[in-house]
Amino acid sequence: MPLAPAITDLEQLKNHPAVARLVGWNADAVTGVKFDRDEMTIYVDRAFIREACVILKDDPACSFNFLSDVTCVDWYPAEPRFEVVYHLLSMQKKERVRLKVRLNSASPAVESITSVWPGANYFEREVFDLFGIRFTGHPYLRRILMPEDWEGHPLRKDYPVEGYR
Amino acid sequence: MAHLNPTPVLEPGQDRTMILNMGPQHPSTHGVLRVLLEIDGETVVRLMPDIGYLHTGIEKTCEAKFYQQVVPLTDRIDYLCPMTNNLCYVLAVEKLLGLEIPPKAQWLRVLLNELTRMNSHLVWLGTHAMDIGALTVFLYCFREREEILRMFEMVSGQRMMTSYFRVGGIALEPPLGFFDRVRDFAGYFPERIDQYENLLTGNPIWMMRTKGVARMTAEDAIALGATGPTLRGSGVDIDLRRDMPYSSYEKFQFKVPISQEGDVFARYMCRVQELRESVGIVRQALDGMPEGPIKADAPGVVLPDREKMKTQMESLIYHFKIITEGFAVPAGEVYQAVESPRGEMGYYIVSDGTAKPYRVHMRSACFANLQTLPTMCEGRLLADVVAAIGSIDIVLGEIDR
Repeated sequence: MPLAPAITDLEQLKNHPAVARLVGWNADAVTGVKFDRDEMTIYVDRAFIREACVILKDDPACSFNFLSDVTCVDWYPAEPRFEVVYHLLSMQKKERVRLKVRLNSASPAVESITSVWPGANYFEREVFDLFGIRFTGHPYLRRILMPEDWEGHPLRKDYPVEGYR
Repeated sequence: MAHLNPTPVLEPGQDRTMILNMGPQHPSTHGVLRVLLEIDGETVVRLMPDIGYLHTGIEKTCEAKFYQQVVPLTDRIDYLCPMTNNLCYVLAVEKLLGLEIPPKAQWLRVLLNELTRMNSHLVWLGTHAMDIGALTVFLYCFREREEILRMFEMVSGQRMMTSYFRVGGIALEPPLGFFDRVRDFAGYFPERIDQYENLLTGNPIWMMRTKGVARMTAEDAIALGATGPTLRGSGVDIDLRRDMPYSSYEKFQFKVPISQEGDVFARYMCRVQELRESVGIVRQALDGMPEGPIKADAPGVVLPDREKMKTQMESLIYHFKIITEGFAVPAGEVYQAVESPRGEMGYYIVSDGTAKPYRVHMRSACFANLQTLPTMCEGRLLADVVAAIGSIDIVLGEIDR
């Protein structure tokens, strides 16, 4: 079964409830959208991610009340280098949406969403540990998987697969 | 005569808490989990889990392997439900590729996934009961689990790390006699579940150790990211098999057990009833198993049959190219979630158009479920920590990867 091509045009996708709500709140927050393989991805500007999460969680039309996952992709050496990816699930509507925040390698920092979902705590610690992205406002931003005195961030693309030791 | 009235070491109100290390090596932590406890007598004041002792960098290793080579790595993440990991990964890659899977492969996947769920719940029940003190249940559960592992060995050659699913279907046809063996097992298993319940459910000691212990409300559970029986034990009705079905789960009838109290006993009842529902699904899969191929019709992705590979030139070339070069997956990303015995297990795969995945992230159910442990245990007794850890059903391979 051939794949349908991805839709990246904001005009075509603006009727999706999550997109419509975010664009209606602040059109600068949404820097891009993509609908590919039946999955909705919204690129959010990094200054607005926490409020975007609050809006998507509280709005009755979207009701994305569950945070599935916070992770990161490293696009070294392209800039912006990091993409922090948030997966939200609406338990009522049984739908998912993906939010992405692009960060530069010069200052990879974004606001933490632990105030919206306390369950983001471990996920953000893992992204900090393995990629080096700082989450401002996180209650306990320490390494979680690697030993505390480890240097380097292993899942970055310039860190070798076989490691240094 | 001063020793007859010794002065107390600490007056009431002084600093009397003690930091106790429930170390990475502990029979009740179900793996290498370290829990730092600050206790005041027997009451837990603060609790902090410390993980990372089993971190092997599987996510990084996946970036260096071909898509088909990642399948054995996925077994080892949640080693108690290996086929569920396999299933989630191959479903994600098939979504990236846009492959259609034949119905017999889908039904076989459901059958084996439910057997894996039974396997995992039996280990959970045995070890959880053993932690609380009921040692006989452990032996009973592992007796049934032995039969399931023998069935896995029959179909894939491996007892635990089966790696039986492939991108595009199943590795091999199940051997003759496999379905009869599963049918026999599904015949006598429900009365074995009755045996376990006979020992535990109405048992006053079990009820005193588990009822009202490690309570968690539904709002807390959703906010902390809990899924699976940890969430359903608090009354939230969500199960990905029924609500966002995959691999033809929509064709099966099963109930999703929910409990309202949110304590250890509620989660125990959820999982025991899930065992019963799994037997029902296995029976439905056996009765309605369709005929047909077990691999998708995609010669560039799916390995050809051995006989064809040995006699036809094109099949030999496809076989060679798939093994040595892998298959290129169109660029894009996908998040596929399945209902593992512990909750929502998801794979987020990013492809850049080559034969090796660019990024594979495993959203493991226990990683999020473990965040509920402080909420459940703070302010409670030390012995309840053991019951709570068992009721979350953690597997450190999944938490640490």
